[in-house]
Amino acid sequence: MNKEQTPKRKLNKNVLGRVIRMLFRSYPVMIPLTMFCIVASAAISSIPAIFQQKVLAVVTGFYEAGNTDWAAAAEQIVPKIVILATLYFLSIIFITLYTQLMAVITQGFLNKLRCRMFDGMQDLPIRYFDSNKHGDIMSYYTNDIDTLRQLVSNSLPHLLQSAIIVLTVLGIMLWYSIWMTLVVLLGVGAMVFVSKKIGGGSAKYFVRQQKSIAKGEGYIQEMMNGQKVIKVFCHEEEVKEGFHQINKELYEDSFRAHAYANCLGPIIMNIGNVLYVICATVGGLFLLSNLSNASLRGLITGGGIFAAAFTIDIVIPFLNMTKQFTGNINQVSQQINSIVMAMAGAERIFALMDEKPEADDGYVTLVNARIAEDGTVTESEERTGEWAWKHPHGDGTLTYTPLRGDVRLTEVDFSYVEGKQVLTDVSVYAEPGQKVAFVGATGAGKTTITNLLNRFYDIADGKIRYDGININKIRKDDLRRSIGIVLQDTNLFTGSVMENIRYGRLDATDEDCIAAAKLAGADDFITRLPDGYRTELNNNGANLSQGQRQLIAIARAAVADPPVMILDEATSSIDTRTEAIVQRGMDKLMEGRTVFVIAHRLSTVKNSDVIMVLDHGRIIERGGHEKLIADRGTYYQLYTGAFELE
Amino acid sequence: MIKKLAGCIREYRTPTLLTLLFIVLEAVIEVTIPFITAKLIDMIQEHGADMQGILKYGLLLVVMAVISLCCGGIAAVTCAKASAGFAKNLRDDLFDKVQTYSFENIDKFSSSSLVTRLTTDVANVQMAFMMLIRIAVRAPLMLIFSIVMAYVMGGALATSFVVLIPFLSFGLILIAKKAMPAFRAVFKKYDRLNESIEENVRGMRVVKGFSREEHEKKKFGAASEDICGDFTKAERIVALNNPLMQICLYANMVFVLLVGSRLIITSGGSIINVGEMSAMLTYGFQILMQLMMLSMIYVMLTMSAESVKRIGEVLSETPALTDPVNPVSEIADGSVDFENVSFKYSAKAERNALDGINLHIASGMTVGIIGGTGSSKSTLVQLIPRLYDTTEGTVKVGGRDVKEYGLDALRGAVAMVLQKNLLFSGTIAENLRWGNESATDEELAEACRLAQADEFVNSFPDKYETHIEQGGTNVSGGQKQRLCIARALLKKPKILILDDSTSAVDTRTDMLIRAGFRSYIPETTKIIIAQRISSVQEADMIVVMDNGGISAVGNHETLLKTSDIYREVYESQTNGGDTNE
Repeated sequence: MNKEQTPKRKLNKNVLGRVIRMLFRSYPVMIPLTMFCIVASAAISSIPAIFQQKVLAVVTGFYEAGNTDWAAAAEQIVPKIVILATLYFLSIIFITLYTQLMAVITQGFLNKLRCRMFDGMQDLPIRYFDSNKHGDIMSYYTNDIDTLRQLVSNSLPHLLQSAIIVLTVLGIMLWYSIWMTLVVLLGVGAMVFVSKKIGGGSAKYFVRQQKSIAKGEGYIQEMMNGQKVIKVFCHEEEVKEGFHQINKELYEDSFRAHAYANCLGPIIMNIGNVLYVICATVGGLFLLSNLSNASLRGLITGGGIFAAAFTIDIVIPFLNMTKQFTGNINQVSQQINSIVMAMAGAERIFALMDEKPEADDGYVTLVNARIAEDGTVTESEERTGEWAWKHPHGDGTLTYTPLRGDVRLTEVDFSYVEGKQVLTDVSVYAEPGQKVAFVGATGAGKTTITNLLNRFYDIADGKIRYDGININKIRKDDLRRSIGIVLQDTNLFTGSVMENIRYGRLDATDEDCIAAAKLAGADDFITRLPDGYRTELNNNGANLSQGQRQLIAIARAAVADPPVMILDEATSSIDTRTEAIVQRGMDKLMEGRTVFVIAHRLSTVKNSDVIMVLDHGRIIERGGHEKLIADRGTYYQLYTGAFELE
Repeated sequence: MIKKLAGCIREYRTPTLLTLLFIVLEAVIEVTIPFITAKLIDMIQEHGADMQGILKYGLLLVVMAVISLCCGGIAAVTCAKASAGFAKNLRDDLFDKVQTYSFENIDKFSSSSLVTRLTTDVANVQMAFMMLIRIAVRAPLMLIFSIVMAYVMGGALATSFVVLIPFLSFGLILIAKKAMPAFRAVFKKYDRLNESIEENVRGMRVVKGFSREEHEKKKFGAASEDICGDFTKAERIVALNNPLMQICLYANMVFVLLVGSRLIITSGGSIINVGEMSAMLTYGFQILMQLMMLSMIYVMLTMSAESVKRIGEVLSETPALTDPVNPVSEIADGSVDFENVSFKYSAKAERNALDGINLHIASGMTVGIIGGTGSSKSTLVQLIPRLYDTTEGTVKVGGRDVKEYGLDALRGAVAMVLQKNLLFSGTIAENLRWGNESATDEELAEACRLAQADEFVNSFPDKYETHIEQGGTNVSGGQKQRLCIARALLKKPKILILDDSTSAVDTRTDMLIRAGFRSYIPETTKIIIAQRISSVQEADMIVVMDNGGISAVGNHETLLKTSDIYREVYESQTNGGDTNE
């Protein structure tokens, strides 16, 4: 059974420290205030034992003397109870304060953490999203944040509270009797030992359970997605069998994890019960044997460490304190699992936050401009419809270059992973207004080229110039703003159709958006939707067909009105007849823009100014359709169906 | 619904009952312990540390502690077994239930919502179940025991509970009532927030492409802030639980100390003694604690009610299709007939997806189906393996109504390659054997040759043992389509349906695949839905679909003359962009 090594449960002090530092930094006033309240209420709730003891002493005194005069006793008892009540009152105030503060802090902290994660994530390079599973990223925001919520709202305050109570009670115990305290500590040692053993086992299986859950979830996800295929092949029984197997493993781990965790409470509480008996017995022995009692009370109130005698009114509060001790250790032991899980969660969250953001040292910016007849460019405050690159130079001068959409790649090399070259010596010249198409098999590097144009990835060697400016000098935001992209996998956002189109340009009016939709040929189907442009989309526009989603994506790019556009299989899911209709809009859309087209259908790329045929990261043929056909090369073979594209 | 859930306990009934039993035993002991403790204190106090008495009661206490430990330990294990087992059965039932779903049922639930129901919702119910068997019996029991013991022991001192119990109960219920709707509302918002994160992760290229990072941050920040506010409000209400509890606890302490002392002194210890007084404090704590537990259960159960509801939806969904009583298992041949077939996806739909379809396909024919997006091509062919039932009219295969066949037999004879096709994680060979479990390696290779897949499969270093990632992401679209065709061919079907299954395959390979069909499986009826005219051009019969109806039927030559739609599609593909320039 113990094939696996016990997972390292070493609390990563750095992680915990970082969580605590973050808490302090987020709430420099509230956290100390809360801690003060916790400490105060915890200390107060351990003090009453003293007053209880004093009241009992009086009662015992009267009782033993056979004195039934309540008035006389009340004189002594009532003031003590009044102090007790006052302390309780204070304690309640502190408790109310800190529980309210904790509610505010926990949620506020989670909010800040979430926002920091999200903001950090937005700044990460595309590489991060390409190389991490989306499900994993999502679980940082859901499962891992949840474990931190447990930690902050529950475990940390409990730990602090228990620690304070334990310390105070320990102090009081020592105050009364050092011998008896030693007896209690012996029992506590046993409890800590057991918590460590069992808590360790529980944590180990909880971690395993977590893994089995992930495994099960993966299987469920795959099968639920493939449910229709399962049906078509009548494969239900086989799939069920596979699931039952995985489910059984999950059950085993879940059973063990919970069995350990559930055991902890009864074991500690009953060690507590035994400890109670031992204390009572030892106390009784002490009383009988008249052993000299060592106590801090004796030491401090004068007369030496053995001065204060051991009396019956010490034994009883002592016994109560034993209970308190046990209760608090039990509390702490219940937190072990959530602390272990929270540390694992926090580690992953911090890993996300520590990812290096996308670097941007561009300094050339895109500005609104007025271009005079003679070609001089002046910067403008408001939107003019014309744009220029504002280029500050090292010598302090400033030049303005009109935005035209001239894109040149010169001898570009690129690899995603070191050693696996994807593009070799690629040169492409696109003049303003030209349509450049890329054709080639999957993995030939078509999409990679477009990834480089808007600097989702940076090139290893060579140069890319945009209107004569090295794109590394252009601020990424401005570069991307000037390039519109429509991708094969359309991603729409929750919100109305109108909002989705406006995503291309946030200050676009409704009229602008509708005009763009008309241009893209999307207006027709949008107006037929139940709420027209106000139809709400969710789940990536699940209620639309793939073709309709592509049309909205095209409209979205159209409203941005960029001088350069990248269409990566943008019309692949639109049937050819509809495409022919859309084509007119697309042509109008492409007019006057530099357009890069990647398409699988040769009918889509045929009318391009230049067609590049890519093979294994190299351009093997280039030229117009007629020329390439006349050359009788790869393109010709593709076109005549003699060659495979995918 | 509760009945259905309870049905999932099954073989874990014994551990469940044992848990209840041992929890009760443990509770009984736990309540008597203060009673004995009081005696013990008495021995120390009244009898001047009577060692014999101390040892007697001490020993009794130790024995009780051991029994309590045993009971608690056993209950801990059986409870874990029962709740983990219950969750396992529930997951099994849910999963098995989904396997009985027909396409119509599958359409109703999104796959991600099914995943949540099988994971998060089951986990919630498991927690609730555990709480229920551990605390739901124990808490009221402890409450009653403690109250009785308190009265037996303290008499008048117990009157404090007459005030405190209703006060605390009222307070707890009030808090729960106030907090729960607030939580429910904010959880919905929270789900939406997480959905928007997912959208961002998935659509990061769009976000970055449009330089919308700041916009997204602002949007997210506002939404998160809003949720934070709502959460804080709800949590602050719940946070009142603790002080409320403490107030009652402290009030009880003060009351017991004050009134108790007076009682002891005035009665000279005859009504109550010091030991009993401290036991009263313990009982007070226990009583209030149990109330707290009860309110926790109440909250927990109402919180999990939502999960129970969602699980219930899956379990109570009735499969739209069932096997006939006396299923026919032999399919005569590959002929297909549509007789006055109309179909709509849901009873509520205004428009029929298919309307008045009449079509005869003879066995062994090659039929092409062409039409624009939304013309219901896929819908039409899905009726053949009875993935959906017709709304009106009948579909016949091999001369018999499809409803007369057993589903296994029918779908064994009708192989369909879906438009949205999938490979599963596992090797290529394992994936292919979905078509025929007992297929030999030679048969696998044969099917792959027919589907033009053998060449690329053999180019992989591990050949047929190459591992396919989940969803088949490590092969290209065209390769995936060809493997899916090979998988369908392995069924040796009487009817083969390809629903736009070669869209990512180049024209030449597409042609080779069709040529293979012609020469190797001539007697199989082949129905091919395609976007490309070239894929259907040489079919015996081409069906042109438009708007849920058949617009024209004929071969390539006749359709070019008679069908405007067909001609338009043809021209758009042969002339490409030239006509638009």
